[in-house]
Amino acid sequence: MLTVMRHELNMQDRSFSTYLFGFFLLETIGIAAMIYNINNKMANFEYCLSTITLVFVLIIPLITMKSIAEERKLRTDQLLYSLPLSMWDIVLGKFFATLVNFMFPMVFIAVYPLLFKRYGNVYLLTSYGSIIAFIFLGAALIAIGMFVSSLTENQGIAAGISAVIIALNYYSLDLANITSSTKQGSLLVILFFILIIGFIVRSLTKSTLAGVILAALLAAITGIVYLIKSDLFEGLVPSVMSKISFFQRFYAFVNGNFDVTAIVYYVSMTAFFLFLCVQSLEKRRYN
Amino acid sequence: MVEVSHLTKKYGDFTAVSDLSFTIEDGLIYGFLGPNGAGKSTTMNIMTGCLSATEGEVIIEGHDIFEEPKEAKKCIGYLPEIPPLYPDLTPVEYLEFVARAKGVPSSELDEQIESVMEETGITVYANRPIKNLSKGYKQRVGIAQAIIGHPSLIILDEPTVGLDPKQIIEIRNLIKNLGKKHTVVLSSHILSEVQAICDRVMIISRGKMVAFDAPENLESLMLGEGTIEVKASCSKDIIEPVIASMEFATGYDIKEEDGGCTATVRIGSEDRQKTQAEMLRMFGEKGVPVYQITPVRASLEDVFIELTHGSSEPDAEEEEVEE
Repeated sequence: MLTVMRHELNMQDRSFSTYLFGFFLLETIGIAAMIYNINNKMANFEYCLSTITLVFVLIIPLITMKSIAEERKLRTDQLLYSLPLSMWDIVLGKFFATLVNFMFPMVFIAVYPLLFKRYGNVYLLTSYGSIIAFIFLGAALIAIGMFVSSLTENQGIAAGISAVIIALNYYSLDLANITSSTKQGSLLVILFFILIIGFIVRSLTKSTLAGVILAALLAAITGIVYLIKSDLFEGLVPSVMSKISFFQRFYAFVNGNFDVTAIVYYVSMTAFFLFLCVQSLEKRRYN
Repeated sequence: MVEVSHLTKKYGDFTAVSDLSFTIEDGLIYGFLGPNGAGKSTTMNIMTGCLSATEGEVIIEGHDIFEEPKEAKKCIGYLPEIPPLYPDLTPVEYLEFVARAKGVPSSELDEQIESVMEETGITVYANRPIKNLSKGYKQRVGIAQAIIGHPSLIILDEPTVGLDPKQIIEIRNLIKNLGKKHTVVLSSHILSEVQAICDRVMIISRGKMVAFDAPENLESLMLGEGTIEVKASCSKDIIEPVIASMEFATGYDIKEEDGGCTATVRIGSEDRQKTQAEMLRMFGEKGVPVYQITPVRASLEDVFIELTHGSSEPDAEEEEVEE
């Protein structure tokens, strides 16, 4: 894994997009700090972080789009497959290299609260708690970006899809407010997702029967649950949508509450998407 | 040593490789020959762990490539059809990554990189980004990548495709040298190449092995009985009685040409050299003005066409599926 990480750092440090990423991150946080902390004379550095989270939509794809798509395009994925490395070595190596490049600008950012401390009363615990959470949030988004990058060999498409996914996640709370909270609405949304799962299973197993059986089974279970306890479906979709939001959980840290469950959530989401990424790489050998 | 048994790879309904079994002995150069889309690359990709198999197993130095991929892959150096290079890196950086991934200890790293670069002749371009190298040199970097870490088995997929004649000769010599220290498997659809380099030839057609032998044996397989061609600057009447009197000739055919004639003599399975000498002696004795005498050999080309007969037509379609 260290070999891949070292190689990946070497590669990323030659890539313009890595520097662009660092530049955008430092620039937006710098501007936010100037507006909030310097011009408006507020002592809460954490607000800067919460204001600029939307910038992740633009900059995460910058550092993750190449990750695996580029290997495929250059056909160097064949080299990685033929070397004595496991898929986890490759994926984790790439992930930690990208994380290091994300952390590098964060080192500069970590100095800000100390600087402001000299001129006023800064809540250092909240500030650093937020910075730590910001890093975990970024790591989870990097894992999503890497997974998307493993699905295509076109980095442009990878960047576009990651941006859309991150944006949807960012706005999922607002979207939750406009989605139907009725029982019937929830049921429809769930059936729709079951249909999608059926299609995914069909494309993975290349068996229409397997997809149909699984979808029918899931639909039957949902139907039975709906008949027995339809109250469960009341407001289900909006509440799920607000729960999957990565960003909503971040605001707890900004409000001074170091939410360990959120950290656990970020770490498990990171692990989940890296796992999907490994599966996606493995699947290419089994086509 | 590599044992491939009952290897089958299916893409949906299309069978790229079908029930392929063979054994690769240490220290020889093997040539994998077949028309485009015959399943050469697919087989090589499976042998190196880049692709799964539908059925069958591949055992490399006692390690199953599917069960113990890490151990098996440590014994292999692989150069795919398109050399897997990172254009922004220099050959030194690239080789360092591959060597580390293959588990070469840090203390031997510089020495090994130096030695493979020397072996493949890329030392001059050691610090130039790979994207600025010519195709031939890129190919060499690809080969250097395959041989670093001293794997016992080196697999090269069409190593000379797209190179100019001079580069082809250089790469061939390089492969011959590699054959002294490693077991080499290379694929090609160029017959002369395989004939020039390889100790053993595997001919594969439509995913099936159709022949597996030394190149000279494959030729003699086709020969059955030997044929000798005689050219003389005299008329048919003079040469015919002499040939008819030869006891070893099982049959002949004489054609009149401008200023002479050409006789094709079948000699059964006699010792060729002896027979030719005897023939010359007899022609001399009778004063037949013979100016050329040539043994007719079936080339590997003939063997190839004979064995893969009729399979190269749906090429385009099959190749697409393989991609």
